Amino acid sequence: MITLGHYLVVSGMLFALGLAGVIARRNIIIVYMCLEMMLSAANLALVGFSRFHLVNGLPDYTAQSLVFFTITVAAAEVAVGLAIIVALFRSKQSVDVESVTKLQG
Amino acid sequence: MPPLLFYLFALITLGFGFLVVTGRNPVTCALALAASFVGLAALFLSLDAYFIGVIQILVYAGAVMVLFLFIIMLLDIKTEEGKKMNLPAILSGVLLAVLLTLQIIAVVGSTELAKKTSQDTPLALVDAPGKIGKAALLPTITNDLKAGTLPDAKLIGFTLFDQYGFHLQVIGLLLLVGTIGVVVLSKRERSAP
Repeated sequence: MITLGHYLVVSGMLFALGLAGVIARRNIIIVYMCLEMMLSAANLALVGFSRFHLVNGLPDYTAQSLVFFTITVAAAEVAVGLAIIVALFRSKQSVDVESVTKLQG
Repeated sequence: MPPLLFYLFALITLGFGFLVVTGRNPVTCALALAASFVGLAALFLSLDAYFIGVIQILVYAGAVMVLFLFIIMLLDIKTEEGKKMNLPAILSGVLLAVLLTLQIIAVVGSTELAKKTSQDTPLALVDAPGKIGKAALLPTITNDLKAGTLPDAKLIGFTLFDQYGFHLQVIGLLLLVGTIGVVVLSKRERSAP
C-alpha cells in the first residue's frame, strides 16, 4: 500500500535533485528551474501531510492554503528573477553564474 | 490510488527532474521540467487535492514554463559546449543530495506517522457537514458533501477568505510589487547624453 512515507520520500528526492542542480549547474536559468523544483517538492510534502491528517473527516485545508500561497510567491519570484536574468544578460552577454563576480571582493 | 500508478508518476516526476539537472540544452531542461510538473500534478490528484493539481498544471506547466522558454529563446542561449566541468561543485552537489535523501529516508522509516495509508484515514464526506462549522452554512458545500463528492476548491476558497483574508491581500500586494519590479527592471536605461 502507498503510505504517507512514500510521498515524503518522493518529495525529499525531488528536493535533493533540485539542491544538487542549484549547487552543480552554472547556467543561471537552469539554477532557477531547479529552485522551482525545490519549491514544488515542499508543496508535495505539504499536500501529503494535508491528506493524511484529517480534520473533521476532510483533508487539512490550512496546508493546501499554504500551498496556494507558495505557488503564488513562486510565480512572482520567477517573473522578477527572469527580469533580473534579462538585465544581467544585457550587461554581461552571458548567463553563466561565474560571469558575475563583482561582489566577490 | 493503485500502487502501480503512484510508482509510474513518481518515476515521471523524478526521471524528468533528473533530466533537468543533467541536461545540456536549456530548452530540453525546460521541457523536462514541464513534464516533471505534470507528473507532480498527478501525484497531487492522487492525494485528493484536485484544485492544487489543476493550478500546478495551469501556473507551472503553463505560465512559468512558457516564461522560461520565452526567455531562453529571447536571449538565444547556446548549449554549454566543451566548457570545463566544475568538478568540486558537481561532487559536492551530488554528495549533499545523496546525504539529504538518506537522511529523509531514515527519518521517514522511523516515524509512525509515515506508516499511515489512505485506508487508515478515509475521507468522511457525508458526515462532514455537521462538523465543519461555518463552512456548512454554504449550501453549495453541504450539497456537494452530501452527494459524496469533495468540493475542495470551495473548501480552500472558504479557508482562504475565512481565516487568511489579510494574507491574501498581502499576496495581492506582492504580485503588484512584482509586476512593477519587472517593468522597472526590464526598462532599457537611457544612456547619459
